[in-house]
Order: sequence, then structure tokens, then C-alpha cells
Amino acid sequence: MRKPLTLRLLSALDRKSWLALGVFLAVALILMPVLHLAVPPESAFHVSAYAITLFGKIMCYAIVAVAMDLIWGYGGILSLGHGLFFALGGYAFGMYLMRQIGRDGSYQSDLPDFMVFLDWKQLPWYWSGSDNLWWVAFLVIVVPAIVAFIFGYFAFRSRIKGVYFSIITQALTYAAMLLFFRNETGFGGNNGFTDFKRILGYSITSPETRLVLFGLTALMLSVTLVFARWLVTSKFGRVLTAIRDAESRVMFIGYNPLWYKLFIWVISAILCGIAGALYVPQVGIINPSEMSPANSIEIAIWVAVGGRGTLIGPVIGAFIVNLAKSWFTVSFPEYWLFFLGLLFILVTLLLPHGLVGLWKTLRQSRGVRT
Amino acid sequence: MREFFRKVIGIDPEKCLPEYRVGYRGSQKTLDLSHNVILYLEDISVSFDGFKALNKLTLAIDAGELRCIIGPNGAGKTTMMDVITGKTRPDSGTAFFGQSIDLTRLSEPEIAHAGIGRKFQKPTIFQQHSVFENLELAMKTDKRVRRSLIARLRDEERDRVADTLRQIRLDGEAERPAGLLSHGQKQWLEIGMLLMQEPRLLLLDEPVAGMTDDETMRTAELFVSLAGQHSLVVVEHDMAFIKELGGLVTVLHEGSVLAEGELDSVQNDERVIEVYLGR
Repeated sequence: MRKPLTLRLLSALDRKSWLALGVFLAVALILMPVLHLAVPPESAFHVSAYAITLFGKIMCYAIVAVAMDLIWGYGGILSLGHGLFFALGGYAFGMYLMRQIGRDGSYQSDLPDFMVFLDWKQLPWYWSGSDNLWWVAFLVIVVPAIVAFIFGYFAFRSRIKGVYFSIITQALTYAAMLLFFRNETGFGGNNGFTDFKRILGYSITSPETRLVLFGLTALMLSVTLVFARWLVTSKFGRVLTAIRDAESRVMFIGYNPLWYKLFIWVISAILCGIAGALYVPQVGIINPSEMSPANSIEIAIWVAVGGRGTLIGPVIGAFIVNLAKSWFTVSFPEYWLFFLGLLFILVTLLLPHGLVGLWKTLRQSRGVRT
Repeated sequence: MREFFRKVIGIDPEKCLPEYRVGYRGSQKTLDLSHNVILYLEDISVSFDGFKALNKLTLAIDAGELRCIIGPNGAGKTTMMDVITGKTRPDSGTAFFGQSIDLTRLSEPEIAHAGIGRKFQKPTIFQQHSVFENLELAMKTDKRVRRSLIARLRDEERDRVADTLRQIRLDGEAERPAGLLSHGQKQWLEIGMLLMQEPRLLLLDEPVAGMTDDETMRTAELFVSLAGQHSLVVVEHDMAFIKELGGLVTVLHEGSVLAEGELDSVQNDERVIEVYLGR
């Protein structure tokens, strides 16, 4: 019996998961906006603009975490360069936001301020079309995909695996960071893009625009989760985990691991790119530090803390680590990195399956007792 | 470039990094058994760091034959299987599957599609997947990404898995994670996965290692029943098992064939005795 694709997507999640997703979307799309706009700031129920931005930002990170989990948790390939794809998506969308500034920059020029500063007379060729939202949206998807495809094709074809692959991805994102630091690259050098004014003509700082971006991010996170769930429960997902567990066996029964790894690698990069594009207008800045090796390692920590190979785990991990980070960096800024390192060591030693694994163990042991 | 790596760094890139070949050119050629020979190995040599793992090995397997390969450690049995399945490229020599399929030019997945199945010395199965899923993944079908994304099991495919489950006596364990099976059951599961591939030639590296006597005898029965329809090459140390299989025996020593014949005549061969007992 063959079911249409929509029905299969519906059956990707069980009833409880759909319900949870529905509740999440109701909170993100209805409750939060109402509490932000309609409840006066004096009320205890008011949701501040700070909170909207913070949660919007963390949801972007959660998308990245799910993308990372697909490649690491299910594919067994640890990438320590996913920050690159996130930043590429962010930069692609940032070009559009820079063009939307128009003549409102400090130099009142049609060119972005940093280009005037460099005494450039016209936009470089790769900026052409960047004032068109659709073209830029296309770039957000295609640029990370192409970079991932080229890199992945050669890496996987040469059967680079394990720690070697991780190190090369670190080098890749580091090299890209150095490239973007240069003013001549044409992406604003070490300042990157900032001082955004508008998006589609609407003020980027107005509460309504922020709520729309917040809602879009929540929707994208939900779509990512359903899509990822569908992917890992398909036969493709079973082959992927089989490659993780016994790659030679997979080859000798006739699957070519190259295309399986490459497919999930590119999908993962695209998801990161989209997350980056949603992140930049909410946070208001993109610069090469997003490509720093430490940033990419942090992504792996979110996934490890939440529990890899579970999809919901990385989302939980991204929320917990980033909430802790925003609290720590305000209260004890100098200790954050120590705490992060400690967290990683503790999780690796004590919770190999992350928080989700801990929860499962607790539930099981309770089940045994009763 | 290759020379550079070999001389300066001391490694041969082609051996370290055999590339995944692209496409399935090999599967487009059909197996040609017009001379009733399914596998030809001729003058195959492979060396690792000066050590000759295979030294002008020449071997032919007839279609439908059940051949046993024995030999002391380091005789080149596993390397021979690596060459046949595309894991290792020979330095010289030719390897043909039937009359027309050149194995030295195909990748592992292509060779699998052409109809060669391989069981490893150590049972290699997907520990996290259920027994059923292990067999499902091995099933002969279109194994490209785009098919896997939308693939759903048809009823007749489900029946095929069920048949194989009965054949390998795991029908009660279908939903168990394969990692929880006993060692002997894992061996059987891997054999079952091979059968799901519907190969014409099965290479079995120590298939009964770690099995109980009862399991060993049942395995022998299964292999004998498979011969004829399939061709089998079995590498084993267990003489009782080889006797039970009853096919021709080839003795490998230092990378080439030392003796070939019925088990009795091989066992009485002076040179074989010398190799096994030492000089």
C-alpha cells in the first residue's frame, strides 16, 4: 500500500509529538506576541523585547543544533565547522539588509558604508542582485549548499573520517574567517555588517517586525524538526545510522556511502544557512567571529548536552546552554568559558547520551521499580 | 604526485585512500558464465610495505561450486577476499567475475551489485538496528539515495525477509536489536544479510567461528543447500566443518596456491603437512 507523501510526513511524528509541536507554535505565534504587545510593561506577564530577541536567537541556534545532530548523531560525522555554514547564510542575508539601508548610512551613499570607506566606486559583482529579497533568499540556501557539496565531495570521496574530518572542518571555518576578516573580500572586514535599518521597507527595530521574525524562526524550527524526523525514520535514515555503525558492511551490501554522507551533509549545511539568515536581522550584526573555531565547537556542545541522536535533545541542549550563557556572561563574564569546558567534560564523562538519555534512564529505572 | 607520496612520505595514496567510485557501471554488465567459471584470479600480487601478502595467486572457481580455502595465518586468505570485493587493489594481475566483469576496476558497492556477497571474519552487522532492519537494508534493490528517501517495503519484500528469517532461524528475534544477539546468531544474521543480497558468489571468512557444534553442522547444511544455485568460497580452520561441506580444498601459503584437491588428498600432501607443522 503506497501512501502519499503528505500522509507520510504526518505519520513521521506520533500524536504526542504533534501535540507538543502545536503547543510550542501556539506559545510562539500567539501567546508571546500578545504578552509582548498587549500587556503593559509594568505587568509581571509582560514579555520584554530583550526576551523576544533572546528566544528568537536561541531558536536559530536550535535549528543549527538539529542540523548538527543529523550529521553527528545520526551520520556519526563530527563537524567542527558548522559555524561556517551558519555565517554564510547570515552574510548572504546581511547583504540584503545592507542594501536596505539605502542612503541612510553615515556617508549617505548608495553603497554600504564600508565600501565608501574603502573608496570603492561600485558594488563588486557578487553583490549584484543583493537588493532583491528572493535572490538573497536563494543565496542563503545555495551558497552553504555549494560550499558543503564541494568540500564534502572531496572529503568523503577520500574517505576522511573521524577526528581527521573534524580537524579539517575546523581548518575550513578558520580559513574562511581569515578570508572574511580582510577588507578586500568585500564583506565589511572585521566589523562585518551592522546598523541595519529596514527589512522589506519595514523598520527592523519595530516590535511588529521583531515578532514576525520571531514567528518565522519558530515556524522554521518546527519545519526543521518534522523534516528531520521524517528523514531519520525513512530508509535513508536507517542507511545513515548503518554507515555510522558499520560502514564497510554498508559498502559490501551495495550502498555507496559517499552519496549518503554528502546528502545529509549538504542538507545540514542548508539548515544552518537558513538559521543564520534568520539570526542576523534579529541580532542586528554579523561579523567573521561567527566563523571562529570556538563557535563551531560550541554547537557540538549543545548537541552533546541535550543528547545526540534524538532530535529533541539538541533543541533542549541549545536552549539550556544558551540561557546559561546569557546569564553567565552578564553575571560572571570571565568564567563562562571555564563553565562551558566543565560542562563538556561532565557531560562526556557522566551523561554520554545527554539530558535526554538521563531522562530515559530515570524513567526506565522507575518503571522497573513499580 | 603518487610517486611523491610514495617516496617522500612513504605511503602509497592509492592504497591508503581508495576512492569511492562514482556510479554503477559494473552492474550494467550482466554476469557471463558461458565458460562455467564464475571467478578467475590470475597472477594477483599485493604487497604491503614490502611484505608480499599475495604472490602471483591464480585461482578459478566454477559456477555452482563450493570451495574451501585453508592455510596458516598470513597465507593471504583475507587479502584475497579484499581483492575480490574491491577493498584492496592488486599491484598486478587480473580478477574477473564471469567472463566480462573486471573486478579490479569496480568499487565495493559496484561489486556488491554485480553479485558478490561477503561475510567478514568478525561478524559485522548493524548493532543498533533490529534483526528485521538488518535484513531489510541488505535486500537486493535500488540502493541510491533518492530511492532510499521514499522507499517503503512492499508485501512481497516483507515475505522475503520473513523467509530469510526462517532460513537463519531468527524468526522469533525479528524485532530485537541485532547487538543483543549471541555470537552464533550474529554470524547467522550476517549470512542472512548475504542471502538477502541474492549474490551469485558468496565469500565467507570463517563463518562458523564461535558457533556451537550444533550451529556449525546446521551452517554446513545450509551452505551445501546453497551450492549449485550459488557459488561459495569458504575460508575456514575447522576441519570437521570442511569435511562436512565436502567440496574441493585449496591450500594457500605465502600468498599463492600450495595444493588443491579433495580434503583427504590435501591432508596427506607432504608440503601441506610441512607448512602446517613447521619445518
